[in-house]
Formats: sequence, C-alpha cells, structure tokens
Amino acid sequence: MIGIIDYGAGNLYSLKNALDRLGAPSLISGDPQALRDCERLILPGVGAFGDAMEKLRGAGLDAFVREEAGEREKPLLGICLGMQLLFGSSEEFGFHDGLGLLPGRVVRLSAPGLKVPHMGWNEVVLRRPCAMTAGLREHTYVYFVHSYRADCPPDLLSLTAEYGEDVPALVHRKNIYGAQFHPEKSGAAGLRMLQGFLTAAP
Amino acid sequence: MLAKRIIPCLDVRDGKVVKGVNFVGIREVGDPVECAIEYDREGADEICFLDITATHEGRGTMAAVVREVAKHVFVPLTVGGGIASLDDFREILRAGADKVSVNSAAVKDPDLISQAAMVFGSQCVVAAIDAKRAGDGTFHVVVHGGRIDTGKDALAWVQECEARGAGEILLTSMDTDGVRGGFDLELTQAVCERVSIPVIASGGCGKLEHFSEVFEKTGADAALAASLFHFRELTVGQVKEHLISRGIPARRPDAQEIGEEVDP
Repeated sequence: MIGIIDYGAGNLYSLKNALDRLGAPSLISGDPQALRDCERLILPGVGAFGDAMEKLRGAGLDAFVREEAGEREKPLLGICLGMQLLFGSSEEFGFHDGLGLLPGRVVRLSAPGLKVPHMGWNEVVLRRPCAMTAGLREHTYVYFVHSYRADCPPDLLSLTAEYGEDVPALVHRKNIYGAQFHPEKSGAAGLRMLQGFLTAAP
Repeated sequence: MLAKRIIPCLDVRDGKVVKGVNFVGIREVGDPVECAIEYDREGADEICFLDITATHEGRGTMAAVVREVAKHVFVPLTVGGGIASLDDFREILRAGADKVSVNSAAVKDPDLISQAAMVFGSQCVVAAIDAKRAGDGTFHVVVHGGRIDTGKDALAWVQECEARGAGEILLTSMDTDGVRGGFDLELTQAVCERVSIPVIASGGCGKLEHFSEVFEKTGADAALAASLFHFRELTVGQVKEHLISRGIPARRPDAQEIGEEVDP
C-alpha cells in the first residue's frame, strides 16, 4: 500500500489516479496511524512552504515523516512543494524550517530574463541514475510549476533541468526521493518514473 | 529550455464533443474522454475543455467528463466555459482539472480572479480573453463569443488580470478566429510585452507554418487550436515535428517511441 500524505495542500486525486493506473493500491490520509502501515509514502504539495510545514506540524505529520523516512528508512517521495519540504529550510516568505531529511535549502529561482514561475514542460538531464530514472529516454520532458528551487549538494542530483540555471528536478539519497516536477502530470515519462519509485528497494 | 506547448481544445456540450470529430479507431465518436486520450497519445502538452453547455443540469456533466479523463490522461487539464464562482472552480478542480479558465464572469466581476488566485493558487487560474480590434487601432475585450463589445481596453485588462493573480493568459483574437490565416501576431505580441505570465495564443491557425510563426514572431508560450485538430487536418504530432524541424523546442509525443535507452 502506498500512503499519500494528506495535509490539506492541493489536489491529490491526480496522484491517486496515476497510482491506480500503475496498479498500485494507495490510500489518501492525514492520519499517522493509517499511514504507518503503508510500505511507501508520497508527500505531495502545492502552495507555500511555511503554510505547509505548519499544517504538517498541526497534524503531527512532520515527526511522523521524519521517523518513517529518517529512522525507519521507508521509501519516501516528495513531489513539488513536497520535495522542497524534505530540505532543511526555505526562504519563501521569510525563513522556515523544513523536515531536514535532505541537506540543503530552498531558494527563489533566479531565472534571469525568464518567467517565474517556471511553468511548463522542460527537458531533464541525467546527472546520476537512481531507481526513478530507470529506462529514462533521451529528450524526456516533464511538467514543472514552481517559483523556488532546492539548493543542495551536487551528489543529491539525479535529474536537473536548465532554466537560466541548473534547477534540481529529481533528488535522491538512500530511501528518499524528491521530484520538483509533477510525475503524475508528465505523461508516460512521469508514470515510468513513479513506477521506478514503486519498485525502488526499500 | 521550456518547450512551447501545443494545446488542443475540445468544445463540449452536455458531455459530448460538439465539433465533428473523426478519429480513426475510437469507440464513440464525440466522446470527450476518447478524444482526450487520443490527443494525449499524439503528444498534447495540455488538454483544454470548453464547456458550452447552456443548461445548469448539463454543467455537472462536465465535472463527470473531467473525472473520467483524469483517470486516463496524465497531462495538465484546463477547463473553462461558464465558470462564474469559487464553487465552480472548486467543483472542476475536485474533478481533477489542474487549471480553470474564466472569461465573461471575470470581466463582469474581476474580483473572481483575485479570490480564485488566493484560494486555489495562481497556477490554476487562467484568464481567458477574447479581443477584437476597435476602429481606433486599440483592442477591445469582447464577450459572448464576440457578440458584445465591452469597450474595455484588452491590453489594460490583461495587465489587470496578471496583477489580480491570474497565472496565465489564454488570448483569442476574434479578428483571426475562424479565418485560418494565422494567429494574430500583432495582438499576441502586444499582450506578451505587457505581462510576464505565460500567454497562450488562440484563434486563426490553419496550417503548420502558423504554429512556428507565432513562436518565432511573438513571445507566446503556447498555441491552442480546436477545429484544426478536431477535423484531423493536422495532428498534434505533426505540429510538434514541424516545430522541432524549425529548431523550436517542443516535446515529442512520447519519447519512448523514438528515443534511445539511456545507459544507466
């Protein structure tokens, strides 16, 4: 069972539809008890970093995610804002602590001369293979919508996208994955990457 | 670099695609779910649904269509037509749409854009604007399919939409719509110069070259077409190949068909 962590940030049904399509049973829940039994967790998210952390804390989900992914090393995939929450902190509307599961911080896109948010389909570049990049094709485009990006050690980078600078698109360390793009909205390429997460060694 | 997006639009009335669609091999002609699946297969970067249902009862049908499409199609879905309240936004977003476009209702009550952006986020608010040349060389906002000229200056209105939190502009030129002589380059570029949010050009394309032209001569981020794709005069895939041949960044239908395996 895949647990989709619901803390009131965004539409989770696209993600559930994508998992259904892949034949992976999933549940959407904000209850740590219900999520604890899941073999893998997905942390989605749309909105602002500070609000999201507050909602996670309010539901006791911050400690839960740290424990499950940090201590128990359960596979965890953060998507979009959910990916950014994995890092230590963010400068979006002030300074906010993140979950601190990955080293690094979240900063505003600099994208000189380009539109912010970075919205649309962008090509990803393979930096370091991981379970989610298995079978990746050349010239793969994925769908992004974001105004902030991770600033993290290069050894975390699995995929990047060029948008005036190298933007971390997929980060990975051990059992923890973070996709800045929306795999559930990135067509067949996105579904393949989700499939890679589903089969990643725990 | 971002790909230029190609967006097929389906006009839906009471749950059926209105324009005569003649896809090969689909089960039910006019079924929006089947049409969307086919467009997705051809490489559509996003699929737009325009609800032209006149009755209130018919409106729930659109949500049902979106719910079904979202089970099969994993690219962004935009739904517009008759959206007039935050409840309309909520219903369509809950059904699985990623973006909602507002047109006449926002002209009447611009606060709808501000409120929707605040509640649902700018990324899902698309300001759809139909513009027409006025006698004095300016562009006016028109509503109700171009029948009513609001007298509002279109360029000032796009700026207001951005300031109120719209995440994108869907710009249709009523001068070029249906004429098939190409997108309205002058209007599109004028709008691109005034806003920093993405602009979707719509209205007037009749052949492949019109797509490359709008991207080469204006700052448009995306191009939308309905009947051209409906009637199978062109496929999304053909447009993509044309753009790529002109050196314009575009996403191929599914890289799986043509790309090489990357050695992990």
